[in-house]
Amino acid sequence: MRWLLLKDLRLLRRSPLLVALLVLYPIVIAVLIGFALSRGPDKPEVAFANLVPPSASQLNLGGERLDTSRQADVLFRAIEPVVVKSRAEAIRKVEDGDVLGAIVIPEDTTQKLQSGLDPATIEVFYNAEDPIKSRYVRDTIKSQVADANNALTKRLSKVALGFLELIATGGQYDFLGRQFDVLGLQRSERILKEARSELPAGSPARAQVDQVMRFARLARTNLDLSDDVLASVGTPIRVRQVRLDGAATPLSSFSVAIAVAVSIMFITLLLAAGALALEREENAFLRLVRGLVSRTGLLLEKAALAAVCSVAVCLLMLAGLGLFVDLQWDRFHLWAAGVTAGSLAFAAMGLAIGALTKEVRSASLLCVMLSLPLAFLALVPSGSVSPALFDAIGVISAVFPFKPTLDALNGALNDSGSLLGPLLHLAALFCAFGVASRLALQRFA
Amino acid sequence: MAADPTAAARPESAPVPARVLEAEGLVKRYGEREALRGVSLSAGRGELVTVIGPNGAGKTTLLTILAGIVAPDAGRVSPGPSEVGWVPQQPALYGKLTVAENLRLFARLERCPEPEAEVERMLALTGLGDRAGDQVVKLSGGNRQRVNIAIGLLGRQSVLLLDEPSASLDPRQRERLWAFVLGLAESGTAVVLSTHNIQEAERHADRVLVLADGELLFTGSPSRLKDVVGHQDHEGLEEAFVAFLHARGH
Repeated sequence: MRWLLLKDLRLLRRSPLLVALLVLYPIVIAVLIGFALSRGPDKPEVAFANLVPPSASQLNLGGERLDTSRQADVLFRAIEPVVVKSRAEAIRKVEDGDVLGAIVIPEDTTQKLQSGLDPATIEVFYNAEDPIKSRYVRDTIKSQVADANNALTKRLSKVALGFLELIATGGQYDFLGRQFDVLGLQRSERILKEARSELPAGSPARAQVDQVMRFARLARTNLDLSDDVLASVGTPIRVRQVRLDGAATPLSSFSVAIAVAVSIMFITLLLAAGALALEREENAFLRLVRGLVSRTGLLLEKAALAAVCSVAVCLLMLAGLGLFVDLQWDRFHLWAAGVTAGSLAFAAMGLAIGALTKEVRSASLLCVMLSLPLAFLALVPSGSVSPALFDAIGVISAVFPFKPTLDALNGALNDSGSLLGPLLHLAALFCAFGVASRLALQRFA
Repeated sequence: MAADPTAAARPESAPVPARVLEAEGLVKRYGEREALRGVSLSAGRGELVTVIGPNGAGKTTLLTILAGIVAPDAGRVSPGPSEVGWVPQQPALYGKLTVAENLRLFARLERCPEPEAEVERMLALTGLGDRAGDQVVKLSGGNRQRVNIAIGLLGRQSVLLLDEPSASLDPRQRERLWAFVLGLAESGTAVVLSTHNIQEAERHADRVLVLADGELLFTGSPSRLKDVVGHQDHEGLEEAFVAFLHARGH
């Protein structure tokens, strides 16, 4: 078996282009997938037309002046504004594809907010050519408008609370530059109390004054409660997030696990399947198995070749990624265990593919055709498909090594869950695919 | 490679060589189809036996059973695969390895006690010493076949089985191949080969075996086959072979 292994390594050394492709292709794919999964889209460029004249941007609420143009800052947290001067220009920019959407603040916005009779309405335009982008823009703008509404509501609530406080306790109120003294319920009650004491006993007016005093007390008590009610108007529902399952893995580290899993998959599958198919393509298979080496020995040699190459490349890849991503080097032995187990399981699967095919090209094609859908299936998140379909995807993913390899690597790299389960899963898949490849070799070779 | 490619087949009166290959009652079935029906044969030391027959006669099946690649459903073969050299129809070589590397690899897998000496011996035997460092993929079809045969001979087996070795070779390459094979037979190796080229069988074989539909119909010298169908010696074996098959209902 040693001589066959050396022969295969020599063949690889004499195929530098193949080796370069075998190493670079999965790494490029892995990095692309990693980027796609870990990097959210940039802030979308959105045209922004604020048609409210600067002179009318101030909102007077109970004597407090509020600059509505400052509320746009909330919107700009999630979008990249492209400031335009008119509604038509905003629409044109969307139509031309210069921006993904447009927000138009009509000139009567402050006026409507001031009157409180009609809600102010802002206009949003978006291009629906790309459904993913359009949904993203719509959701982003909707979310940011909700935040702006919330911020404005808080300011309005604060002003309203001031008014209520004035009614309850009394005080000075400034309106259009004139000062007004507001009596307030508390002071009214006190005055009434004093007035009552001066009424003769048995006076029928006493009962009437008592009635007014009770009302003033009741009103003041209820107004005190309104503080809490108004405070909750801005954010009637608050979010408290609780993680129930799985570890909180940083997205960048999870991307590393995906990148390495994809690399293991490609390198090992292609090498194992290709090396076995090559023995048949070169007609050497029958010569080998007529006493020179057993079929099982041949399979073990190819599995070892593929796994050794894959482990070497992937550990080097991890070391390289470690320069850019914060990896826990003290868990290196666990990385090695995950990479080795995944490589062996994929090697056994590759052998099954190689045993079914007689040519390297067919084996390679079958590997690529099988592996990509399996990898994507394993990455389908729960909730994105119906429960029944997700269960079916789970079963399919469990039958192939990608998902358990990803779980093992995620566990090894990020300490997210037990490593033992995925390792045992991979060991079982190695045995199952090993038996399948041995049977296929008996049947088809 | 010293053998004369035009050498005539061994005369009928020559002494029967010691048997180094024997097969008895070989039966092979693939589902309902019987590929071999109780075929028996033998080959002596230095004897060149040619298996001829129409397509689907069972020639390759017979050779793969003799080589120990396929197990028969019935019958026995002696000796075992480790003592029999086998040369498949298509060269079973690694194209990206050199001639010497191919020979060295198989010499090691054959557990030859001195692999390097064996490589040198085979390079000398094939006359490819000057191409030892060339990758096999760069060799001509004829030279590849010579390396293919040399690998079959590693381990100094007393029997060599060749499955249609001259197929896909041009006439010049065929001549060189036959010179090589006859040299082996002269040195005492029992050679059993299958071929579609009846003229080659007539020219070189000590004995021909005629197979049709898995059944061994004839075994004897080419001239004997002509006698059986009443053909004159100057007439070709191919006509006699066709007439023989026709007479036997094939």
